[in-house]
Amino acid sequence: MTPAALPAEPAQLLEMYRSMVQIRTFEDTVQKLYEKALVHGSTHLCQGQEAVAVGWAAALTPDDYTSYTYRGHGHALARGMSPEAAFAEILGRSTGVNRGKGGSMHLTDARLGLMGCFAIVGSGLPVAVGLGRGAQLRRETRVSVTFFGDGASNIGAFHESLNLAAIWKAPVIFVCENNLYGEYSRINLTTTVDDIAVRATAYAMPSQIVDGNDVQAVYQAAQTVVERARTGGGPTLVECKTYRQRGHSRSDAGAYRPPEEVTSWLARDPLIITRRQLLDSGSVTSADIAAVDDSVATAIANAAAAAEQAPWPDLAEITRDVHA
Amino acid sequence: MPDATVTYREALNHALADALAEDPAVVLLGEDIAAAGGSFKVTDGLLARFGPDRVMDTPISETGFLGAAVGLALIGFRPVVEIMFAEFAGVAFDQIVTTAAKHRYLSAGQMHVPMVVRVVGGSGLGFGAQHSQTTESWYTATPGLKVVTAASPQDAYHLLRSAIADPDPVVFIEHKRLYVRRGPFQPTAAPVPIGRAAVVRSGADLTIVASLAMVAESLAAAESLAAAGIDVEVIDIRTLVPMDVDTVVASVSRTARLLVVEEQPLSGGWSGHLVAEVVSRAFESLELPPARMGVVEAPIPFSHALEAKAVPSAETIAARATTLLGR
Ligand SMILES: Cc1ncc(C[n+]2csc(CCOP(=O)(O)OP(=O)(O)O)c2C)c(N)n1
Ligand SMILES: [Mg+2]
Repeated sequence: MTPAALPAEPAQLLEMYRSMVQIRTFEDTVQKLYEKALVHGSTHLCQGQEAVAVGWAAALTPDDYTSYTYRGHGHALARGMSPEAAFAEILGRSTGVNRGKGGSMHLTDARLGLMGCFAIVGSGLPVAVGLGRGAQLRRETRVSVTFFGDGASNIGAFHESLNLAAIWKAPVIFVCENNLYGEYSRINLTTTVDDIAVRATAYAMPSQIVDGNDVQAVYQAAQTVVERARTGGGPTLVECKTYRQRGHSRSDAGAYRPPEEVTSWLARDPLIITRRQLLDSGSVTSADIAAVDDSVATAIANAAAAAEQAPWPDLAEITRDVHA
Repeated sequence: MPDATVTYREALNHALADALAEDPAVVLLGEDIAAAGGSFKVTDGLLARFGPDRVMDTPISETGFLGAAVGLALIGFRPVVEIMFAEFAGVAFDQIVTTAAKHRYLSAGQMHVPMVVRVVGGSGLGFGAQHSQTTESWYTATPGLKVVTAASPQDAYHLLRSAIADPDPVVFIEHKRLYVRRGPFQPTAAPVPIGRAAVVRSGADLTIVASLAMVAESLAAAESLAAAGIDVEVIDIRTLVPMDVDTVVASVSRTARLLVVEEQPLSGGWSGHLVAEVVSRAFESLELPPARMGVVEAPIPFSHALEAKAVPSAETIAARATTLLGR
């Protein structure tokens, strides 16, 4: 029997809040750096989706594997990547987590279980199956959690991966962050189901729909699903309903989104929801919350400033790491 | 004002619009190409003009819509598929290199696949290793495909028209850094057939052959070399399969020196094939061993500081030419 999942205690919830604010502030800062023409290339920000990254990270141990997409800054930070190394990577500097060779779409760090940031839609899913299958073959208790979008559920790799994980009963957790859009297309234009979760049925896989803007809900669901995978119960498809508050990438203002839709989702901002939960708990005050906001703001500003000062990579990096 | 100037992007848009207007069999498919007008805005305005049966948005399902394009082509449509970044074709390779490329052959000519796959390639904009390659070599080794690379607005228009009119599958490689480039545009000029290179600058001392963004880099190099008294001929190869070796041989028979520049690693690149052909056909006219320049043998790095150094530029091409000529 899977033990019942418990909500986070106020102290832990405050820590999760801190992590979410860190992601939000980080992303807002990336946008500013981009507007200052300091970011070469593209960025795909995750404002509005912080509760998914943080809720799952809280349910994992450092040994677990995660994989995610070009919209991956939040997932990297939630599992402990230093904001400075992340900023430096996005700015293409030598102190970047991948020494500037990867960029915004490729924040990875194997030491933190961050196994890959995949810029091709769907390509992370089969890799995640391999990570989970490997843990299973080694009789380890690690799980592999892979994050992807609603749009990715229309690509062949999604279906092949669910089927493979299901026949192997591998400890793989497929987390679909349904933010209602794939680039500029609303989900109803590209997908005939409202809930991606129903697609698990075709692979006899359990599935669950979660409020992806409520970090407590995500955390509770994650604990149950992770426990099932750890104890041989096999894969699960979890759909986190959430919203991409900004455009798809860099300068996209997201003008194709109905204003009422944007307003209603902004009212359900995951930070607002968590703040309310913290205050309702009775043991956290507005002053505690303000203190977290301030310390994160300072830390992120310092991290960005340090990254802006960091040196460019050595030209020898161009051909280093192509082969062993 | 004899010729208006347009951007490369606009020239492609005109080519698609004119093809859609002239031939009801032409249909467009791709991600966000209709309502949003394309990620790089190449198909802007076409949905409004031709409607959703001609200009189709697709889900993120490259295997699905490339395969569907093959099916449409088999029964007489002329699908033009957009692959938003060249690398995305990788998830659907089967449909291009194994299905479309071989269907005429495997049906002993009963059927053919008149489709165009427009792939958006190229480095220089900081999109990182999975969004910056030109990918010609992925296709040039596959008999059954034609591979076209346009470097100017005029050629972009005419070569895309020729690709759409072609009875067989054509991979049409566009360069994202060229979209904003302006150039003269004469839609009523004679068509540009697939398989014909163009001498874009005449010169007597050295022949430089290039494609896509490397053409402009080579022309800029030629300008700076001219100031140093070196007279360079620049050839835009324009089609990689079939390749117009004759034009290059004719040029080398006058200049006696050859430098080929491509935006790919040289291993497996088309420049090797071209040099081998020139050497075997015009060995006597060469005064120097032919030289090649390409992208370093590595994925394209993200950092601006690295990306700019990984790919040939006007400066490095000029420097190479100078050394080559012993000046
Ligand atoms: C195979 C492939 N096709 C197309 C793209 C271009 N692309 C990048 S993100 C994206 C939208 C993905 O939508 P979704 O899966 O919902 O994730 P979200 O961006 O909303 O997080 C598309 C089409 C790609 N990267 N890879
Ligand atoms: Mg989405």
